[in-house]
Amino acid sequence: MSTETLVELFEHGLDAPICLTWELTYACNLACVHCLSSSGRRDPGELSTGECKAVIDTLERMQVFYVNIGGGEPTVRPDFWELVDYATAHHVGVKFSTNGVRIDEAVARKLAASDYVDVQISLDGATAEVNDAVRGQGSYAMAIRAMEHLAAAGFRGFKISVVVTRQNAGQLDEFKALADRYGAQLRLTRLRPSGRGADVWDELHPTAAQQRQLYDWLCAHGEQVLTGDSFFHLAAYGEALPGLNMCGAGRVVCLIDPVGDVYACPFAIHENFLAGNVRADGGFEAVWRHSALFTELRGPSSGGACGSCQFYDSCRGGCMAAKFFTGLPLDGPDPECVRGFGEQALAERAQAEQALASPARTALPRPGLDHSHRGPVRGQAARPVPVTIGRRPVPAPPDRACDVNPLAGFAAGGAR
Amino acid sequence: MSTDPAGAVLASAATSFDLDRPWQLDERVAVRPEPFGALLYHFGTRRLSFLKDATLLAVVRSLGEHPSARAACAAAGVQPARLPAFERGLGTLAESRMISPRVIAEPGAA
Repeated sequence: MSTETLVELFEHGLDAPICLTWELTYACNLACVHCLSSSGRRDPGELSTGECKAVIDTLERMQVFYVNIGGGEPTVRPDFWELVDYATAHHVGVKFSTNGVRIDEAVARKLAASDYVDVQISLDGATAEVNDAVRGQGSYAMAIRAMEHLAAAGFRGFKISVVVTRQNAGQLDEFKALADRYGAQLRLTRLRPSGRGADVWDELHPTAAQQRQLYDWLCAHGEQVLTGDSFFHLAAYGEALPGLNMCGAGRVVCLIDPVGDVYACPFAIHENFLAGNVRADGGFEAVWRHSALFTELRGPSSGGACGSCQFYDSCRGGCMAAKFFTGLPLDGPDPECVRGFGEQALAERAQAEQALASPARTALPRPGLDHSHRGPVRGQAARPVPVTIGRRPVPAPPDRACDVNPLAGFAAGGAR
Repeated sequence: MSTDPAGAVLASAATSFDLDRPWQLDERVAVRPEPFGALLYHFGTRRLSFLKDATLLAVVRSLGEHPSARAACAAAGVQPARLPAFERGLGTLAESRMISPRVIAEPGAA
């Protein structure tokens, strides 16, 4: 028997991921300001139905117990239900994230009848006012309608998934009450400066005081509230939260994006964290087991600047993606380090930037791909952006065949 | 969610594990070997468990072939001194429904 702890064993990597996120499409009917994958328009290189089924065959062979399907809005893929059925028939459970656009009565009944499908409804405010400011006009009503259908169909324990922000951090009890009302389970996750989240992180990420309140609230609710292990950087406050409390990137988690690219984690869509593509020889299995990037991530890490901190064993330096997209070194503190070292590092970085002439300034790393809608989103009066900063205007690339509304021709069926 | 016929039994088994009755790996549990042991995933409860001990893994996998958990432990070579530790381990797995009580087959039945 090994004397290593489970976390130490997991840091060496597993034969297959425990938690695999698969974003089926970059197409989305919404344009949330903090979208971690900068979704909006479908990518013309999206995996075909046949290619998706081949990925599922691989996952079955590797005994990946379940996949977290997301997007974009995965349910707008015409073959979405076909792929869900194919996965569950091949012993790969499915948990999918949705804004609720396609969860009508009939779909809810079908979902409630399956042990192998779980649903996660995204909601970023316990009130329409707070939610819609981030996710867009009408998105609260859409999510609530989906939850009503699921509850009415007898689906117990579906998830309400909330990204904790400065604006909703004071609504935790209301979120819990909402979950209880619909027989659902609350899931709280961390806002990352990934995708469009980088543009709004400064204004949306919780304050230090809110982080502390969140930690206490999570401790008080224990395993009743899920977190996807995303707040492990808060473990340095004291007692660890339920979960593995480690960065699982390339070790126990990874992301397959809509075009088959495999990244170390869903919050790290950038070439630095790109391990390979499922279309290459050997497919996903070869990427997971042999890619140079994942091998490196599974190697020993020193802790760098954090190594001498007495809390390093608790937080293990925090989130790699959060550091990367805020321009901090990967072996230093998390930008939301509970001891304040991250804030300090960010301030020092900003100061150093100020001292440089503008052409010499190093730009913050940007996500590798941007599928954001370029015009107003249907049904929205204007872009639902409560904030006006943007680190850099995105130049409009030349028009391409894919540059159309991904939902063109899609009848919303009372979804607004 | 499907109903669990063993639910009532497990409610009382939560405090003490019955080594002398037949058990089985729950039919909704998948076992995946890993370099350090194995991962167990229950599709009904959607929970993961980790087994680091190869002997416990062997016991769990063979529960269905033995008339009791005690017999499965003996067959896997568990020494009497270590039996209490296995009893606790199996009790934890029973609480999380990874293993479930097996209905005793009629004599002569397959």
